[in-house]
Amino acid sequence: MLKDQDRIFQNLYNDKGSDVVASQSRGDWVNTKEITDKGRDWIINEIKESQLRGRGGAGFPTGLKWSFAPKEVGSRPHYLVINGDESEPGTCKDRDILRFEPHKLIEGCLIASYAVQAHVCYIYIRGEYFVDGQKLQAAIDEAYDKKLLGKNAAGTGWDLDIYIHYGAGAYICGEETALLESLEGKKGQPRLKPPFPALIGLYGCPTIINNVETIAVVPTILRRGAKWFASLGREKNTGTKIFCISGNVNNPCNVEEEMSIPLKELIEVHAGGVIGGWDNLQAVIPGGSSMPLIPKDRCETLKMDFDACVEEKSGLGTAGIVVINKDQDIIKCMARIARFYKHESCGQCTPCREGSGWMWRMLERMAKGDATKDEVDMLGDVTTQIAGHTICAFGEGSSWPVQGLLRHFKKEIQDRNNLDPIVQKKNNIPYLVDQHLLDKKNA
Amino acid sequence: MSLRKPAKDQPESFEFNASSLEEANHIVAKYPKGKQQSAVMALLYIAQRQNNNWIPLAAMKYIAKFLDMPYIKVYEVATFYTMYNLSPVGKYFVQVCTTTPCMIRGANKLVEACKEKISENECELSSDKSCSWMEVECLGACVTAPMMQINDDYYEDLDKEKTSEILDKILNGETPKPGSYRGRINNEPENNRKTLTDLKNA
Repeated sequence: MLKDQDRIFQNLYNDKGSDVVASQSRGDWVNTKEITDKGRDWIINEIKESQLRGRGGAGFPTGLKWSFAPKEVGSRPHYLVINGDESEPGTCKDRDILRFEPHKLIEGCLIASYAVQAHVCYIYIRGEYFVDGQKLQAAIDEAYDKKLLGKNAAGTGWDLDIYIHYGAGAYICGEETALLESLEGKKGQPRLKPPFPALIGLYGCPTIINNVETIAVVPTILRRGAKWFASLGREKNTGTKIFCISGNVNNPCNVEEEMSIPLKELIEVHAGGVIGGWDNLQAVIPGGSSMPLIPKDRCETLKMDFDACVEEKSGLGTAGIVVINKDQDIIKCMARIARFYKHESCGQCTPCREGSGWMWRMLERMAKGDATKDEVDMLGDVTTQIAGHTICAFGEGSSWPVQGLLRHFKKEIQDRNNLDPIVQKKNNIPYLVDQHLLDKKNA
Repeated sequence: MSLRKPAKDQPESFEFNASSLEEANHIVAKYPKGKQQSAVMALLYIAQRQNNNWIPLAAMKYIAKFLDMPYIKVYEVATFYTMYNLSPVGKYFVQVCTTTPCMIRGANKLVEACKEKISENECELSSDKSCSWMEVECLGACVTAPMMQINDDYYEDLDKEKTSEILDKILNGETPKPGSYRGRINNEPENNRKTLTDLKNA
């Protein structure tokens, strides 16, 4: 288990208070000037060497992302945008940072803004976190009072203003370009990439977008050194991570742990074990609802990091672990996730808008046992026609959980749904080509 | 996508009151000159708060003029985002999370309690018109599931009985205390804390 002094978020459970004085006693805002005095290149290099990967789900190397910002500020100002639109089912880590460690985030914003030469930073928070956003606003006001923000912030010679922007209940705004659209006062529908936001982002200006947790760990990395951070976890999957363990466990909780910790240890030690014992485990969703589930036998040895999860054809995502035990109907659980995606599709791309509804309706039927034999394969077919055919990654996010279900629990679905198709296929006409004519003849 | 329709009965006109106006000007100043459209989401919230928890079409027209943008663009935003209520929801708006992490911890019991206490159907005002409820997607408090949101506050670690108690309170016009209803401190593992132990109760 990670030693307590190596935990970055010392106030994760709010034992000590989140105001500026308490934060300073934990080491925030101490010698911020010394860090910025070492220069932008040193900061970006240090982050690169620490191998910090984005904590928002995709795991993109943060140092690399920062280095995409133009070296010189041209006619267009640079912006830093913090993504706090945490809406992935199973994830609730950013909320704790916003309410209990706001000064880590604010200091991170200052350092990151300095590194990418932004004078304005917007923090986009989901609208439901209004109360937590108010707490962050109080911390920002405090920082202004103490001259840690504003002109010559914290004595670094850098001017920075931070503003909070509330979302309004759209999951898709967690996608970076949809977030920018939303910030510009439009519907949150993702943009085509390229151009990438690092060159053309908010108001057409160079914009760097990072997750709340990513930015909040930056000051500690720079203080304790990239080597310390890189010594935790394993190569390319370094550092610590807040894991949210929810679902059928005895003590659901948020806990900060070392990257690459075994999943079994997380569940057994921190979350008090699966309800009904480890043998009662059915499957685990390792990284928020859009990551495919992993069945029990693979969970025994799974290490929780980006690359190990990918090897299991899943992903670490946001590290929102949802534990599902054998008392639950796995098809119903996935049908509910499909309903989530049907509700949250922004409606821009047809495969996703229509397909997410198809998947939901088919899964609902399958949960009841009302589907025909051939529909199981048809469902797989639908998922492959959504993934990769949309502007943003929502297409993948909505079809991966269904693909995961089909990969590991196909037999359960088939056992429950063994009705004969109403129309028997008689000849080799490919599906979808004049299917309706065929149907009529046989009807 | 979700289906959203404005209410049938719409007020004739809408205008910000003095405090809303001040807040709105404060928000517009957050964004660069000429980019005041960015403030539309925040202004819709202000209108919603001023107008008893819902946004009439007149308010959208007013905000469009206020920000010098086409009405249809405000309408687009107001109908796209699910947190803008386009019809009356009452003084207390109860949102029950029923997405998978809450579902497997028994969110359907919370829905049952809402049906018994408030109204048979979701998005339907209670008999005294003071509150309504609906099922919503993940509210981001999965480790304290099942949970619900009433107006701005989160009520966590619930079961049917506790939900009924909370609903009784709001039906009496009281505002119950938000937070965990099993007495746990924030998102810590209840009675099983293994980390940051030297700091506990510091």
